[in-house]
Amino acid sequence: MDGTKNTFDPPNMSRRHLLRWSGAVASVALAGVMLPNFGISEALAADLGGGDIGILNYAYALEQLEAAFYTMVIASPYVGMSKREHAILTDIRDHEIAHRRFLKKNLGSKAIPSLQVNFAAVNFSSRNSVLTTAKTFEDLGVSAYNGAARYIKTPGYLLAAGKIVSVEARHAAVIRDLLKPNSNSFAGPDVVGAHGLDVVRSPGKVLAAAGPFIKSNVTANNLPGV
Amino acid sequence: MNQHIADHVFSDIDPDMIERLTVNKRELFRQAVIRLGGLASAPLVLAAASQQAFAGGIPKKIVDTLNFALTLEYIENAFYNAGLKRGVVPARYRAIFKIIALHEAQHVAFLKSALGSSAVKPPKADFTAGGKYADVFSNFRTFLTLSQTFEDLGVAAYKGQAANLMANGDILTAALQIHSVEARHAAEVRRIGGKKAWHGAFDEPLSKAAVLAAATPFLKG
Repeated sequence: MDGTKNTFDPPNMSRRHLLRWSGAVASVALAGVMLPNFGISEALAADLGGGDIGILNYAYALEQLEAAFYTMVIASPYVGMSKREHAILTDIRDHEIAHRRFLKKNLGSKAIPSLQVNFAAVNFSSRNSVLTTAKTFEDLGVSAYNGAARYIKTPGYLLAAGKIVSVEARHAAVIRDLLKPNSNSFAGPDVVGAHGLDVVRSPGKVLAAAGPFIKSNVTANNLPGV
Repeated sequence: MNQHIADHVFSDIDPDMIERLTVNKRELFRQAVIRLGGLASAPLVLAAASQQAFAGGIPKKIVDTLNFALTLEYIENAFYNAGLKRGVVPARYRAIFKIIALHEAQHVAFLKSALGSSAVKPPKADFTAGGKYADVFSNFRTFLTLSQTFEDLGVAAYKGQAANLMANGDILTAALQIHSVEARHAAEVRRIGGKKAWHGAFDEPLSKAAVLAAATPFLKG
């Protein structure tokens, strides 16, 4: 991932092979290293599922990605990480782990397996690389929950999504402030539009953006909004 | 009202105030409901070009919910406009509060446009809460305390109302897009105040009654 990139403009692709396609791209990025899942038939891939289960698995996949990312951030802190930054990033790690656990528990036997992630594009020793990636994940998470809510049929799941999304938005604001202190970046015009509305992305767009970070073979054949 | 949640939202307001807010203030509450009343059921058009048309206009439940949201946005909008005008915000934080003020003004305009002739009028606000916060526009700490209260209250309010908007995907999405902006505001205001930007891994909702009870001390009768 480009260290300065903060927007996602996914290319067109067929929904059937969304994440598999992304996995293939990730293998190219790794300079020819063959990924273990590469070439496995789709019959062996996990599918997120449809309806509310599909949306919950979709959220679960994103929370797995975030939790894995912050776990690595705290396991190998970047050069010059301040005490305050360490405390913030530890809190965020714990929140994402709690979200992951919450979704897994609610999905029960319908949960997709634990995903293998690929953070080859992140330089974990660089503050800018880590915080820029964090900003990307948090803003993506906010837009993902905002975009998926309309497909949720069960009021209790909608409330659960609401309880998570505003915490992701709080994370996004704090990370953005670490990158540009005391500016309007925490809710800057790149994420809050003309009517004072936060970014919203369909599940299809979010998965295309998240795909390069996910090694596992996952399909979204039945997910609403893809 | 869930006391645990109340503690989060009102953590910076003195205990006496919390007592007043969480006790059932029947008369003040009745007035607030009247103020929110007169909710017409005329056909409405969502500002963001709703794709989902309702045969008989937008359902009353949605109109009521949007007017509830609009009332909160009116309060926030008036609060930040007054704060910036009175110069209570130090220069180093002005860019932050200017964009917060801009967003609240945009939320007011958006909701008014969505509601059309059914939109409620702005309430008359008293940000000193009857003298309790007399220095709200001269002491930045006081201003910050109320700002945090309004932002956390907004987050909890939108969250609590989301299920009432499920009948219209476009309106639900727009409300959630406002909800996460309020959460960004809340985090930043808390950060300025030297506090954690969050209460934990999950943000809790508040019911409409609890939100109105919290907002009522800042409304003139």
